[in-house]
Parts: sequence; structure tokens; C-alpha cells
Amino acid sequence: MIQSIPATTRTAPASAEVREAHVACQDFSFYYGDNHAVKNVTLDFSSFQVTAIIGPSGCGKSTLLRAINRMNDLIPGSRTTGKLIFDNQEIYGPRLDVVTLRRRIGMVFQKPNPFPKSIFNNIAYGRRLHDHQGKNELLATVETSLQRAGLWEEVKDRLEDNALSLSGGQQQRLCIARALAVDPEVLLMDEPTSALDPRATARIEDLIAELRGRYTIIIVTHNMQQAARVSDHTAFLYEGELIEYGVTARMFTKPREKRTEDYMTGRFG
Amino acid sequence: MELQARKLFDRSLTGVSIMAILLMSLSLLVLLGPIFSRGAGAFVFRATNEFRRLNLEQFNRGDAQAIAEETRAVSEARKPVYEMLSAFEAELADMDASRRRELRPQLKEIKNLLRELLGSLPGEIEAVMLRQQYGQTRWDRARYKLGQILFREQWDYSDKRSMGKKVLTPRRQDFAGTRLEPLFTYLERNLKQLLRPRLTFYWRFLTDRSLDSHFFGGIWPEILGTFYLTLGAMLLAIPFGIIAAIYLSEFASSGRVTSLLRVCISTLAGVPSIVFGLFGLAFFINTLHLSRSKSVLAGSATLALLILPTIIRASEEALKAVPHTYKEAALSLGASPLRMVLTVLLPAALPGILTGIIISMGRAAGETAPIIFTAAVSVGQPLKLWETLSQPTPALPWNIYNLATEHQAVDEIRHVQFGMVLTLVLLVLLLNLAAILIRARVSKKMRG
Repeated sequence: MIQSIPATTRTAPASAEVREAHVACQDFSFYYGDNHAVKNVTLDFSSFQVTAIIGPSGCGKSTLLRAINRMNDLIPGSRTTGKLIFDNQEIYGPRLDVVTLRRRIGMVFQKPNPFPKSIFNNIAYGRRLHDHQGKNELLATVETSLQRAGLWEEVKDRLEDNALSLSGGQQQRLCIARALAVDPEVLLMDEPTSALDPRATARIEDLIAELRGRYTIIIVTHNMQQAARVSDHTAFLYEGELIEYGVTARMFTKPREKRTEDYMTGRFG
Repeated sequence: MELQARKLFDRSLTGVSIMAILLMSLSLLVLLGPIFSRGAGAFVFRATNEFRRLNLEQFNRGDAQAIAEETRAVSEARKPVYEMLSAFEAELADMDASRRRELRPQLKEIKNLLRELLGSLPGEIEAVMLRQQYGQTRWDRARYKLGQILFREQWDYSDKRSMGKKVLTPRRQDFAGTRLEPLFTYLERNLKQLLRPRLTFYWRFLTDRSLDSHFFGGIWPEILGTFYLTLGAMLLAIPFGIIAAIYLSEFASSGRVTSLLRVCISTLAGVPSIVFGLFGLAFFINTLHLSRSKSVLAGSATLALLILPTIIRASEEALKAVPHTYKEAALSLGASPLRMVLTVLLPAALPGILTGIIISMGRAAGETAPIIFTAAVSVGQPLKLWETLSQPTPALPWNIYNLATEHQAVDEIRHVQFGMVLTLVLLVLLLNLAAILIRARVSKKMRG
């Protein structure tokens, strides 16, 4: 009954090297103790495109997202069945190195969470974890990341200021830049604009559009207009089940499932 | 009506709180008042010629020529005293037996008191102990001694219902008609010429070694000992404490063993400090043989055990208070848990951890019981750093107790004791002040 639609179109990455950034679920389930939070989801995320996961509160969309970079590991008593695949490796497989996985799959959280360090040190943090770049190289990385996140012009003269002195929207773009600095292939976004005002939200949405094609982006959102604006594909989750998955334009105009239509028209959720 | 009652209740509650605060400040004043006023007496007092002579001869300090001149003048003033004494001794030999029996012990008493007041009498063999070579160095003590010379103290037990009454008899009466009689008037009138008191600021009280078991002040060995003990305790307790806190807050699974561990830590925090002292003696010295006998090392280890629970608790609380989002951010960037702890968690928890550390530093500096059995001695020289591994040391808290109870002349060295109390209190207050400042500074840096 649940249909899996394989990635239809694949945009070539902007950079010269072709990277494998393929994320897929195969009959994937996630449990918090006895709570079956994600139920047998089978889904192929389109590489280098934006996929939105929507659904009412508690439908398991954040759980699914956080399973992809194993941030759920922190919760005691959680377990999984089925497969979650990234770059032909099982994410919950015994031989997987979580540190490398998280380096290749970046994440942006609901609330902006910069470290209480300088702007420069925030961006450089991830880079310093993985290799030892010289001061100049590091500065170049920081500049590139901030430029990609559209923050460079605003902060280039105050890189040594504490990141917490930035506004909420700037902080969130800083967090995106911080994630980009380690050069990930996939970017997970967990309701990245829910704590921001409309202008900052619009800025972040523009940014997502700019990053599209360079990164595989999976975004969880409460806001259906946002999903319609930023995503190529949309997945609708309800009570842990994947109800429908398809091209965003089609999903929002001609949903196949009754429940999708009900949710989108605001009959529940 | 009900509203009225509630308002009244609110107001009375405010009243009670204000009363409580006032009472607390009052008791603090009552406590600190004498500590400061009497403690200051160790540093600022009217010093006599004996004090300046002692400083010149023992520490080679002061204007030698001026002091020699002063000493000459003082000796000149003292001459009549000694002349009267020898005249009376000659007179005593010619007295009849019963009068002689009566007066000889009194003369001995007076000579003793005079030695304490003015130093050894002329023609006597040079005394070994410094306290017998020099007279009173402090004017207040000299006045007290003068009182003892002028009046003989007796206890009257004739009234069976009371505990006895102190009766002061002027010694002048005892010696009436003898050649010693004018001595008392002379001493009373000329005490200033005999001792030349001058207001002195003796800051070297802190940095001098103590001469002749604290008779003349100088508490450097005690300060240094306290410093070594505290430093050693911190060096041992901080790494263990922080590592334990990191383990408990980040890595320990919430199982039965962990909760047992937590209970143990809480219990450890409640163990009486004297028990820690006994444990330190039994374990570090008698079992592990860290040193042959008491040593700074054993004392530091014992103090470290004592403050470990405080440091663990404070650090754990501080680590737990770090927002979860920082941890998530670091982990999502591919930091290993250990890397995350070192680069994000510890810096963010630093203000809280520092506060815990400095509070326990104050505790370690002030604890007496644990070092009685493991490190402290009453009198000692300032130690070199390497000597701390094997040598015991005097330390402020223990020596305060020691001077108050076990010293052979508790009354004579009261000023030293109060000076030590003031020094210790100031030390602990300074540590706490430093804690507040560092905390404010670090958290300001965190907030940006």
C-alpha cells in the first residue's frame, strides 16, 4: 500500500567531484522502548534535491530525521529494525563509524544553537575536529562557509565576536554555515525556522534554495507553505507511517491519499 | 475581611524575613568584630624597646645605631631597679630568720616577674630560650606584667558558699620598711622610660618564622604549611573530581551501580572530618607508608578525600546545567563524546566548576581535624617544596587550636593566636571573593 518512488531526477552536483550522497530507508522502524515511533518506512531520498517531511506533531518525522545521523543514539532504550542506508552502508550497521557518518551528514536544529564561542571558532569547530588546517586555510574555510550561508557580509568585520551576540536568524544561518564547514554531503534540517520571525524565515528559505543541487537536503517542517516553497519532494508521515511520497507540486495539488488531503486542507493536524 | 487577613499575613512574613536577615548580619558582626579588632592587634601595636632589640639581633632589622642608643637610655633607666634589688638582697641576709623565710619566696617571684618584664637580670647566665633573653615586646603585655608585680594575687576561700574570691594585695605592703619598697613606685612611674613603647606596624608578622614557639609572633611556617596542604589537596582532588563528574553526568548508564556510587558520594560528604583524619593516618601513613610519619603529602591526600565529594557534586551540577543543544551541535558535527566534553561541555561548565573548586579550597584551607593525625605539628620551620613529601608542617587552623589549648603560656601568645585567626579568615574570604570574581568574569565571557 505504501509506495516507494525512487529518485526520479538527479541534479548533478555543482562541484566537479561527483559524490554519492544517497539516503534511503528500507522497511525502517524506530522504537523508543515500547513506543513504535517510525513504522516500516520505505523511502528513497533524492540526491542533491530538497525533500520535505511533513505531518502532525508526534508523527515521527523528527525521529526519522534524527535517525539518519544517529542523533537518537543519545536516547536510552531506543532500537531499530529494517535498514537505513547511506552511501551503500547501513547506518545502524555494526561496522559504521558514527563520527564519520555525522561528518558527512550535517544537521541544523530547531533552535539556533551556536556555541558560546566566537563566530570564527564556531565555524572552525567542526573543521578542527577532522583535520589540522593552517590558520589561512581555516580562514578560507570559514569565509566560504559563511558565504554559502549568506552571512559573510554581515559578520566579516566581527569574526571574533561571541556568536551569541547575533540575532536569532543570523544565529541559525551561522549554524548552517557551521554544518557546511565540515563539507557534508547531506544536510538534515529539523524545523529550522520554527524559532524565527517571518523575515529571518524567508532568508533561510532562500538559502535552502541556493544550497539545493550542492547538498542533499532533508527538511522537517510544520509549515506546509514552507514545504511547498522549498522542496522538490514531499513525504507525509502520519502516526509513524509514511502515507504518501511524491513530487511536491503534485502532492500539494493532487494528493492521492485521503489523509494527505485532509491534513493539507487543515482538517486535522 | 479575608483580603485584609491575607495582606496582614503577607506583611508579617516580610517582617519575619527582615528580622531573620538582621539577626544574621548582627551575629556575623558579633563574630567578625572581635576577630578583626583583636586580630589587628597582632599587626599594629605599641612595641617596646625589647621588640626592636629582638628584631635587630635576630633578624638584623632596623636602624642599629638608633636602637643601640635607645637601649643605652633604657638600661640607664633600669639601673635603679637592679640597684634596689641587690641592695635588698644584701639587706635580706641580715634579717632575722622568720622574716627571711617570709620574704625570700616573694623576692623570687618578683625577680621572675622582672625577668619577664625586662629580660634577664644583669649578671645572670645568658638564657637559652629567647623568651628569657628578652622582656615584653608589647606594651599591653608589659602593663599586665606591671600589674602582677604591683599586686599579689590571693584567693579567699573563707566564705564556704562561694567559689572563692580573688584578693589583690599591694606588694608594697609586704616589703614596707625594706629597701625594696621604693621599687614599686619607681616601676609604676617609669615604665615608659623602661620600655619606650612606640606604635608599630608589624606586617612581617606574616612573613617571619616563629621564634621560640610563637612567643614573638611570626607565622610564616603556618601560612606556608596551609598553602602547601591546600595546593596539594587541590592538585589531587581537582583531576579526580572533574573526571568523576564527567563520568557520572555523561558516560555512566543510569543503573544500580551508578546510583549506589552517587549514594556513596553523598555519604562521603557527610562523614565527620575527624574520621577522615583517622582514615588518612590508618591508610596513607600506616598502610601505604606514603611517609614515615605525618607529612604534608599524607595531609594533602586526606584533605583531597574530604573535598572530593564537593568538587564532584558541584562539577556534575555544572555539567548538567549546560544546555543539551550544545552537546547535540558538537555531536552532529562529528565530535566524539570525549572531544565534545573537552571542547564544548567543560568550557561551558567552567564557571560552575570553578565555583565548586574555590569553595572547597576555602574548606581545605580551614579544616583542622583531618590534618591533626596526618600532617600538622605545633612548631616547625618553613618547608622547602621537596620536603613536603616527607615532613610535617605547622598549619594555621591546627595552630590556632594548639595555641589556645596546648601552649605552655596561652595567655602570653594570645595576640599571635588572634593574628592567625584573622589571617585564616581573610585567606578564606579572599578565596571566596576570587571565586565570585572569576565566576563573573568567565560567565561574562560565555555570554559575550
